Amino acid sequence: MRDERAAQFTQPLVTSEVVASHGLTPEEYRKIVKLLGREPNHTELGVFSVMWSEHCSYKSSRHYLKRLPTEGPLVLQGPGENAGVVDIGDGLAVAFKMESHNHPSFIEPYQGAATGVGGILRDVFTMGARPIASLNSLRFGSIDHPRTRYLLSGVVAGIGGYGNCIGVPTVGGEVYFDECYDANILVNAFTLGIAKKRRIFTGVARGVGNPVIYVGSKTGRDGIHGATMASESFSEEKEQRRPTVQVGDPFTEKLLLEACLELMETDCIIGIQDMGAAGLTSSSSEMAGRGGTGVELDLSRVPLREQSMTPYEILLSESQERMLLVAKKGTEDEVKEIFDKWDLDAVVIGRVTDDRQFRALFHGVEVACIPISALIKEAPVYQRPVERPKLQDQLEQLDLSNIAEPTDLGSTVKLLIGSPNIASKEWVYRQYDYFVRSNTVVAPGADAAVIRLKGTEKGLALSVDGNSRYCYLDPYVGGALAVAEAARNLACVGARPVGLTDCLNFGSPENPEVMWQFSQVIEGMRDACIALKIPVVSGNVSFYNETDGVPIYPTPTVGMVGLIAKVAKVVTPWFKAAGDVVVLLGRTREELGGSEYLKIVHGLVKGTPPWIDLRLEQAVQSCCVAAIEKGILRSAHDISDGGIAIALAECCISGPEKPLGVRIDMREMIRGDALLFSESQSRIVVSVAEENLQQLREVAAEHHVPMQVIGAVGGTSFVIQPLMRLPVDELRAIWSAGMTSRIK
Amino acid sequence: MRWGVIVFPGSCDDQDVFDALKRDMGQKVKFLWHKDDLVGHFDCLVLPGGFSYGDYLRCGAVARFSPIMHGVVEFARQGGLVLGICNGFQILCESGLLPGALVRNAGLQFVCQQVMLRVEETDTPFTCEAKKGQLFKIPVKHGEGCYYADPATLERLRKNHQILLRYVDAKGRASPSANPNGSLDNIAGVCNETRNVFGLMPHPEGACNMLLGSEDGRKIFSSIAAACAQREHRHA
Repeated sequence: MRDERAAQFTQPLVTSEVVASHGLTPEEYRKIVKLLGREPNHTELGVFSVMWSEHCSYKSSRHYLKRLPTEGPLVLQGPGENAGVVDIGDGLAVAFKMESHNHPSFIEPYQGAATGVGGILRDVFTMGARPIASLNSLRFGSIDHPRTRYLLSGVVAGIGGYGNCIGVPTVGGEVYFDECYDANILVNAFTLGIAKKRRIFTGVARGVGNPVIYVGSKTGRDGIHGATMASESFSEEKEQRRPTVQVGDPFTEKLLLEACLELMETDCIIGIQDMGAAGLTSSSSEMAGRGGTGVELDLSRVPLREQSMTPYEILLSESQERMLLVAKKGTEDEVKEIFDKWDLDAVVIGRVTDDRQFRALFHGVEVACIPISALIKEAPVYQRPVERPKLQDQLEQLDLSNIAEPTDLGSTVKLLIGSPNIASKEWVYRQYDYFVRSNTVVAPGADAAVIRLKGTEKGLALSVDGNSRYCYLDPYVGGALAVAEAARNLACVGARPVGLTDCLNFGSPENPEVMWQFSQVIEGMRDACIALKIPVVSGNVSFYNETDGVPIYPTPTVGMVGLIAKVAKVVTPWFKAAGDVVVLLGRTREELGGSEYLKIVHGLVKGTPPWIDLRLEQAVQSCCVAAIEKGILRSAHDISDGGIAIALAECCISGPEKPLGVRIDMREMIRGDALLFSESQSRIVVSVAEENLQQLREVAAEHHVPMQVIGAVGGTSFVIQPLMRLPVDELRAIWSAGMTSRIK
Repeated sequence: MRWGVIVFPGSCDDQDVFDALKRDMGQKVKFLWHKDDLVGHFDCLVLPGGFSYGDYLRCGAVARFSPIMHGVVEFARQGGLVLGICNGFQILCESGLLPGALVRNAGLQFVCQQVMLRVEETDTPFTCEAKKGQLFKIPVKHGEGCYYADPATLERLRKNHQILLRYVDAKGRASPSANPNGSLDNIAGVCNETRNVFGLMPHPEGACNMLLGSEDGRKIFSSIAAACAQREHRHA
């Protein structure tokens, strides 16, 4: 039925300037014309531009992502859906994913971070899983950069503002500062949900004639071309892009969450998908793509915030808190009744067709008609040129004999423990509700967060990790270490990994040196995943993290989930009692390349990152988990940034009670600063009651893990013989104030 | 006895209260939807924490107009026990069942942490099983938990012994540094004059199981259960 509005609506002309402004290359445009057999109209051009954007199509990364192992006996759903799903026994499954919201968060930190959290939550509950825990990985520029304080406060408040309001605890994360993020911060948000194994939902459109139902918030003009923005690099004029950042409404999302989960208890749903990047366009076409069907949408039925929106704007809007679902024909009223209860819109806006076309009507007039395959399968895939950076050889060179050993190593420990990347992050996580849902057994501030699973004896451990300096110096090793360390964090609380998700944050894929970094990181991750038997079940790629041609360090962040058989046996990193014996699992080598020590004390980002023997890594982790399961350990802490000296200091001061002292006496035939600050991998420092030491020796021998008794807990001083003696109260004061004193 | 947990749009800790009562305390609990009338017999109604209506106008300001609140006010007037936790406390203040108001934390930031509380009064159904001066370790998590009342109201609260819990340090002193949100007089929870309505910012449901670090929250729920048992005994 044609009406006045349709008559008023005319499509702007598609010129070569218009094509270029949509981020499409001339070759890509020619491919569109060939696929359609004609020139696209303006609306269709918009649809292609978002579906073929890097953000939606993974055109530069797809070739490499295939290298990651995605299968395992527990994997119920691998990459390609809204979130990955893993079987955890007892008829239960967990769905999880991590996603980046880097560009929006730099432009508008509060809303950018908030909507990042909102988006990842929807990705998880669209699978039928109730979100029960979130994490985040945040990278800011130098702590002294004038903009860092504004960005940090805004991002943290945004994450809290959204997560707290919707009632999903933010149980952990990481915060790093480095100059390479001065003009391009990273905000990666992770959420995990729990579902019944037999009630997993997917984003699929099946059954010709089934209604396509729009639920949630109304559509506005916000976020149009957000996906395209996320596929460009920053330059001065991008500051003008503020309107492409969406505004979050966590209250509406809470209603949407409850309404969707209630609907999922019924038998109405065929498929359901979040309207995230590229909104209505990507959700509907991807659902049809997975179902091998077509979809016809009547855009005049879409609930609008602003009445004069064009079809182009309706299709490309990235307004938040919206979902698209395909229901069984005849259940429309039942769906509507549940959404009415929660005071939300639920409107039939289209139907599933059998012609495999994406068709959009506006007041009776067809405004777009594109084969689904052209949007999805035919999206370009690039094998971009790769080239090892010319500076790489120079970066890797590090001659320790040119680096003076500090005369006072005690002062060096104080300097490091108060440095922003190592100091306490309590200022950040106390702004997050990490307690809601009453499952949090290990709160933020430990190696991994632990939540219990009510009604079972089990627990889940969650960690997020990645050291971008390592990846910069050697992307292959850095990629492997990101996986290994995330898994080691889980081992320190007694969990065995079941799967991982990743956010791969890089510069422009059109830069061959960036593509080399990307390909190397993937290979490193792949090898570590295979060795440690951890499948990649979901993930996200964020390219174009660069400003005026300077890319960030290659930054893969790994979010990992582990299962704990008996959550009551969990241990935490900090020392528990005077008299306990301190033991090092693993060996320290002279590996200062890429270390926090080298950066903070000597101002150097050089050398090769620590090497990793994945077999030893696996053995150390298994040994630690076995000892925790046997109930032998009092504490376990991963040795990472700052080396063993910092790990030991953290064991003394990071607990909720009064700090405990320690007396350490260890020997290696290496220089003192390397002994203390080397970041050699596959090391865990544990404490045990003396009567359990023999049992620990047996477990270590069984796993072929080198172990060394290095000291005892007790007193009020942090003593490393014969190098230093520092009061633990002083260390705690420096550590507590290290970050906050520099942002206030 | 029978507990009712009211679910407002935006309630987040409703399931937590339900689980703590049912799983940890073995109590009979039912969810009540805010759009319904209050029907059936209940001994204690709990208004849980969360962000009812997104806290968009002012915390609790919209929820007090939910249909079920007529029944809650009437229930309280007849002497029924009403417990408001966090956002529930804010709703009770907005609806006039409790004196005072909860405003933005003094530090302007959301605060999530374990706090120590001191039991100030024990002659109430909510604290009858605790000892005067007893310390509780219970988590808080809120952005607007700073308790405020005008001087006359505050004086009345003190005189009538309506201040049931105060924020204290590990040694039990109500010091400024132990106060997480700038509440007047370190007030963490107050009751009404007739001592049957109680609101507190900390979350006792988050401290009912040692896996979560504390079981001190149980004392509040077990006090209520004991008080109800005694009431029934008296009526029998």
